[in-house]
This record gives sequence, C-alpha cells and structure tokens, in this order.
Amino acid sequence: MTTSTDQAPADEAARADAHLAVHLLRLGDDALVLGQRLCRWITRAPTIEEDMALSNIALDLIGHARTLLALSGEADGTGRTEDEFAFTRSDREFTNALLTELPCGDFAVTVARQLVYAHYAVLYYEALADRADLRLAAFGERAAKEVAFHRTHADNWALRLGLGTPESARRMQRGLEQVWPYAAELFDEDEVTRHVVAAGTAPSPAPLHPVWQRRVGEVVTRAGLTVPTPRWRAGGGRAGLHTEEFGPLIADMQSVHRQFPGGRW
Amino acid sequence: MSARPTGTTPASQDELLAHFDGLIAAGETVEPRDWMPDGYRRMMIRQVAQHAHSEIIGMQPEGAWLTRAPSLYRKSVLIAKVQDEAGHGMYLYSAAETLGVDRAALLDALHQGQQRASATFNHPALTWADTGAIAWLTDGAAVINQAPLCRTSYGPYARAMRRVCQEEAFHVRQGYDLMRTLCEGTPEQKAMAQDAVDRWWLPAVALMFGPPDTEAGGADARAAALGAAVSRRAMAWGIKRHTNDELRQRFVDSCVPQAERLGLVLPDPAIRWNEERGHHDFTPVDWDLYRAALGEDTHWSRQRLAHRRAAHEDGAWVREASAAYAARFGADGPPPPPAPDPETASKAGAGPAAVEDVRGGAGERA
Repeated sequence: MTTSTDQAPADEAARADAHLAVHLLRLGDDALVLGQRLCRWITRAPTIEEDMALSNIALDLIGHARTLLALSGEADGTGRTEDEFAFTRSDREFTNALLTELPCGDFAVTVARQLVYAHYAVLYYEALADRADLRLAAFGERAAKEVAFHRTHADNWALRLGLGTPESARRMQRGLEQVWPYAAELFDEDEVTRHVVAAGTAPSPAPLHPVWQRRVGEVVTRAGLTVPTPRWRAGGGRAGLHTEEFGPLIADMQSVHRQFPGGRW
Repeated sequence: MSARPTGTTPASQDELLAHFDGLIAAGETVEPRDWMPDGYRRMMIRQVAQHAHSEIIGMQPEGAWLTRAPSLYRKSVLIAKVQDEAGHGMYLYSAAETLGVDRAALLDALHQGQQRASATFNHPALTWADTGAIAWLTDGAAVINQAPLCRTSYGPYARAMRRVCQEEAFHVRQGYDLMRTLCEGTPEQKAMAQDAVDRWWLPAVALMFGPPDTEAGGADARAAALGAAVSRRAMAWGIKRHTNDELRQRFVDSCVPQAERLGLVLPDPAIRWNEERGHHDFTPVDWDLYRAALGEDTHWSRQRLAHRRAAHEDGAWVREASAAYAARFGADGPPPPPAPDPETASKAGAGPAAVEDVRGGAGERA
C-alpha cells in the first residue's frame, strides 16, 4: 500500500483501508452467497459426478469467502472474523452482486450462472494477483487457479447442454437469458473501486468487461447458442438492495448460529 | 494375481471351484476376470451395491445441514464430508461394475425399492448436533465394520475399501471434534449434543452391523442358526471376517470411553464394564430391537428414496444431453471455433456490450 503524499495523515491511510475493506467484503460476499446457493445441488445433482463437482466448487467458494471476509475485517480495523461477517450481519448489510443470490433454477440456469461468474472470477483474481499487496496477490493467484477449474466445468457443460438435445439446448438458452441481465453488476465501478484503484490496493473489474464478453461469447457461440441481449440490467446488490429471495437464504444460513447466542462452533 | 487355472483343456466346474477355494485359502484376492461361484458373485454384488447405495442415501441427512452450518469452517468440513460420501459411492459402484452389473441398473434397483441402502439413514437429522453424532457414531461404526473389508477377498472391493476407510476415519475424528466443541459450549449446545446421541445411538449400534447373528448377541436359537449360516458362508468366502455381533461389541467398547471424555451419556442403562469378559455389557440387539430400529416404510424411509428419485428424474434431461453430446462428438468435443477473426469476435460480444449502454438503477427497466 502506498500513500500519495509524504504528509499523508494517518486517517487518509485508514480511509484507503476502509475502501479496501468494503471492496474485499463485496468479493467475499459474492463467493459466500454463490457457495451457499450451490450447496442446494449437493444430493440433488443429475449424476454423482456432478454432486462431487458442485461440492468441490462450493467448497472452493466458501474457502475464498473465508479469506476475503477475514481480510476485510483486518482492513477495516474492526478485527471482525469471517463468521461475524457471515452470521451476524443483517441481509441488508450483505454486498454481493445479485447474480450470486439468484435461486439455482434448473441445472442449465446453474451452468449459465457459473459460466458468467467463473469467467469473471478468473479475470478478476488474475488481475488481483498482478496488482495488489503481497497477501492479497497470493490469494488472487491461488483463487485464480481454482476458479479456472470452475470455468472449465461451466464451459464443458454449456457445450454439452447447448449441443446435446433440443431440450437441453432450449433450457441452456433460457438459462443464459435468465442470468445475463445480472452479469454487468460484477463489473461496475463506483466510489469504492475508484478509491482502491487510486490507492493501488486492488484493481477495478470494469476494464475486464470486454475480455469477459469476448470469452463467454466464444463459449456461447461454440455451444450453438445465442448471446442474450437483455433490455435491462440488474444492480443494487453492492448497496445491500437484494432480491426478495435473499432474506430466506440469509435466515437459513444464520439460523443455527443465531439460535445459540454465545455459542462457539 | 490370477485365478485362471493352467492347462489347455476347458476346466471342469469342480476344477474351477477347487482353484477358487485354493485362492481364498491362500488369502489371495479374487479379481474380476477370475472364475467365481455364482453364489459368491451374487453375495458380493448384493453387499457392494448395498454399501454404494448407503453412501449415496447417507449424503442426505447431513446434506440437509450444509446451508445451516453455524460456522464457515464447519460448513467447509461438512461439504467435504458429503463430497467424500459421493466419492465412496462412485468407487463402490465402480467395484460393483467389475462384477458385471452397471451403475444405472443398480441405481434403478435402488429407486424401485428392489435394493436398499442401510436403514440407518431412515432416521432424521433433526438438529445441527446430529451431523456430529452421525459422523462420530455411524461413521465410527462404519470404520469398525469396514476395516476388515480392506482385506475382503474380492480385489476391487478391498481396494475401494482401503480408500473409503481412510476417509471414514477422518470423518469420525471430525464428528468427535464437533461433539467436543458442543460439549464445551453453552448448556444449550451440550443439551443439543446429548439429544443427538440419544437418537443416533440405536441406529448406529443396531443397524450399522446388521441383525444379531449369535445367541450371545441376542438372537434366538433359530435366528442365530440362520445368521451363523449366512455369516459362515460369507466368512468361508473371505467376504466377511467377523460376525455382526463381534463387531458390534468392538464398537460399544470403543464408544464408551469416548462418550465419557465428552461427558455424554450413551442411552443404554445396561452399559457397564464386565471384568470377566473384558468387554462392556450392553442391551443385546435382539430381533425385536433390531426391527424397531429399522424404521422401514416410515416417513423418513420414503423421504430418502423420494429425494433420491427426484434428483435422478430431474437430471434425466441432463444425462440424455450428455449422452447425445458424447455420441456426436466423442471425447474431443465440438470442433474449435474458426480461426480468430476480429470482426466475428466483436460480434459475438455484441450482446453484453449493449448492456453497458443501458445501465440504470436496481433492476430498472431501460
């Protein structure tokens, strides 16, 4: 981390960290909420191999969330733990992109969301590995390798479903249509991202959008499907404005933790 | 290792059997291409399939708690455990396939109620502590039951079991650790742990080891004779190494000191150390107790099967797509896209690019 001027007062560094904390919280919430959603597939997947693959992906995502939430708690100076973030915030305090909280839908909707998220996550974590402080860069490097597997998994399923049967192609196209309006929010830039970019603590996702469009576009086209052209786009997750389905997700996730105040787990 | 008899003339049934028996007597493994008696093959398929089904159905009670795990660490541990169970199912279905039955047929038999999973999972996981009790007690029972199976006579099953047992032993430690944390927590947490043990003790001690197969274990003379006959056959073939009741005793002996360390009470007032036998006495699992524990044709037995069937039916279109795709493209997938052409590339990205022009507020229509 660097400060712009020699006489930079301590509170400027603190502000820079507060922005980084929010930024890390967003990344961590994305991973946590998507991992939480994917848990629903475990025992319900189309094959045992998929039960395993989706558990593996969920496990990676929860792992990413644990690191990112803990780093956020360090960055904001509160020392909050991963569990304090996950289990004691209200749903309005979660800052995940809406994409990650959408209900799983059928397998095609899940594959479509994985395609959108994994391609984004690979790009973002690679950028993080390149342009962040040591610890964050090390995390980015590890996470980029893991989400690259998730991307391969999503690419392969998009192809199989797109080129499998008329039924699977129809469902896959519908899945893409359903999740596409939620993709753009991942790349949004705002006050927080501008600050972390200026401070050099983390990169912005915005410049990655064109590469993402090209890459997912290639997969979708190769799968014989059409890249959706939605007439609207979702947003609001970063500000804690979620879907109605999000409340029950959080209530379920926090239920045991909240039921036993003072409990250690 | 091969059980193929030497010689150029086709071997007679007697010679084949003698060779097979020799193999078992020498403690060598029987391999898929070896000749084996039909009864051996049937007994092996039945056992491996039931074991595989139990792993798959056994994912459900713990799987139900994945979204509610009270810490991210415990959530990760539980996801990994349920994933391991899926993996065990895969190894075991693969082992069964080497006996000439395919996985789809075995799953159909499970879904149609012709084959069954262990009745242990006909019981509900009602609280978070149940995930700990299941891992500590039922996986603990599984390890005791399955450790001898690492040396079972059928090679593919024995090799699958070596991997399974290693992972199961890890699950038991995780389960014990979860219970310990609850027992060291608030009084409410400890009460939750005790309640879970009260409900999971019987399914573990009764159902994980099978029905009583000795008089000492609580079977009446007739049932004991039948049980002993089945066990003797399985032992003669090297499929089983110990009676159900022997393994059950071993389980009780291992659990009692662990429960004491946790400060939990095993729900069997008859449990006490018997100096003379050098074992703990406990209420014998006779047929009445065994049947009571089975929970067959109850809400939960139906629910487990319905859950499994629904997953299979909901996934049918995915498996069909996968098969059609494999038939069309083989392992290589579709041909790669045509040589990169910047024109095409930018068109392919035209959709999402258009999105950027209509950014608005939350979920706002442009």
